[in-house]
Amino acid sequence: LAPWVPVVGLEIHAQISSNSKLFSGSQVQFAAPPNSLVSFFDASLPGTLPVLNRRCVEAAVMTGLALNCSINKKSLFDRKHYFYADLPAGYQITQQRVPIAVNGSLSYSLCIDNKMSQMVTKTVRIKQIQLEQDSGKSLHDDTRSQTLVDLNRAGVGLMEVVMEPDMCCGEEAAAAVRELQLILQTLGSSQAVMAEGQLRVDANVSVHHPGEPYGVRTEVKNINSIRFLAKAVDYEIQRQIEELENGGTILNETRAFDSKLGCTVPMRDKEGKQDYRFMPEPNLPPLILYDAKSLPANMNHQQVINIDWIHERLPDLPSVKREKLVEQYGILPEHSFALLNEDGLAEFYENVVKQTRMKPKRVIGWVLNDLLSYLKQHSLTVKESPVSSALLADLLNLLEKKEISSTAAKQVLAELWKGEGKTPLEIVKEQKLQLLQDEKELEQICQAVIDRQENEVIMMVLG
Amino acid sequence: QKVSVEVLDHLEHLALVDFRDSEGVERLQKAIEFADQLHEVNTDGVEPMDSVLEDRCLYLREDDVTEGNCTKELLENAREKVEEYFVAPPGNIPLPKLEERDTFLQGS
Repeated sequence: LAPWVPVVGLEIHAQISSNSKLFSGSQVQFAAPPNSLVSFFDASLPGTLPVLNRRCVEAAVMTGLALNCSINKKSLFDRKHYFYADLPAGYQITQQRVPIAVNGSLSYSLCIDNKMSQMVTKTVRIKQIQLEQDSGKSLHDDTRSQTLVDLNRAGVGLMEVVMEPDMCCGEEAAAAVRELQLILQTLGSSQAVMAEGQLRVDANVSVHHPGEPYGVRTEVKNINSIRFLAKAVDYEIQRQIEELENGGTILNETRAFDSKLGCTVPMRDKEGKQDYRFMPEPNLPPLILYDAKSLPANMNHQQVINIDWIHERLPDLPSVKREKLVEQYGILPEHSFALLNEDGLAEFYENVVKQTRMKPKRVIGWVLNDLLSYLKQHSLTVKESPVSSALLADLLNLLEKKEISSTAAKQVLAELWKGEGKTPLEIVKEQKLQLLQDEKELEQICQAVIDRQENEVIMMVLG
Repeated sequence: QKVSVEVLDHLEHLALVDFRDSEGVERLQKAIEFADQLHEVNTDGVEPMDSVLEDRCLYLREDDVTEGNCTKELLENAREKVEEYFVAPPGNIPLPKLEERDTFLQGS
């Protein structure tokens, strides 16, 4: 049987973190009374016009720069037409012809064979990033055969990030999206919380034999978490392989991932090929961005976006932060990955290191094994930890000074989790966990034990 | 060149228009012929202009919340509503195929 080469591309929609919407002044907020965050423009009432939000443009430029893209100094807006109840205008304003950023790349890491100690770096090309409007939300009421529409989300700014089909499986897709999520959160351009719909991923999947042209691809939607992304992609790859090996064909269709059943199913309402009848958005002139060289002398500051100015102010990206942690503290790359993978953990670790004399290489074990596993067990975030960095540092200092043993330290930590406000020293005294340093005292104790167990001692001496 | 029935059917699906009668189709035909005159101009090496606004400055708005909170007004014209939601049919109702619908195009 000839081997199959799976090909996976991704279209990711990230909601821009801003106060107001892309083209109107209504508020962006998750969970609000239905239709309360909707302006006349969002509801597509006649006589309203789009007005571009500066913050959304800056967010897209930041993201483009972080993903090594070329920023288009002139980009255009277009209308993409289709009918749906949550798209009141009958079209979405997007950037189809000339998007704001193109030709970037994203590097991500994978563990080989699930061993954290063997990491490999991969790259996926970013085809483009475009600004576009989000649609409203439809709540399907099948019992009454109707759809309830809430336009609170209609018009919220989105960055669509298109990743070329450089990935080959669910694990790669998941790792790439996870890294993108961390980048967006570091930049602050999107909070990228999948559970709140701030990050939505559609996967394009196909399979072919090596040397042959790419197979027909399907689009997989309705993926609600990074874990499900990996499952959905892997399922779809398997489904296509089985279908083709049984002599069937793959339809160029859109499928939905059913998380309960763990499979993909054809989506209704997606019949036939869509013709979006793209046309230039007549109400918006081209979006012009500047850099230090092209900056116009006498223009209002507020009306000018300077790409170089934004570039200079980009924060350290996750990959750079990881390198710095490894270099500064002598920890392993997989440690730095684990630190950045949990919100606030890297900061916590650095705070502990600052407050203790214990070597950072030793501290990392306590933070990644003991602290993190406790937090995971109790579904707590680092912020919610009952043990602060100061408290842990205190404990590690006792251990470092050899006032307690490692085992005793774990006992104290278990007590600290209760969050009763006791200090490590207090717990050590309470539970009498101090290591005895006095030789004479140790001799006395040993002698006492031998005296009590005379018979056993005789047995041992006789062999 | 006449516009084919397939194209007319496709347009009716896409835009949900109804050409209704031969006059409607004729009007479309004439509109296309009128626009075709554009082809008489040689545009080699000329950048297409898609808006007379192309030299205008695209105004950038500050990221402040200035609108919204007008649920009542928005729902005023809605024929049906359920607890401040707009009500719509369940999913798109696709236009029936050419053979199955009552359209003038059938006879063409």
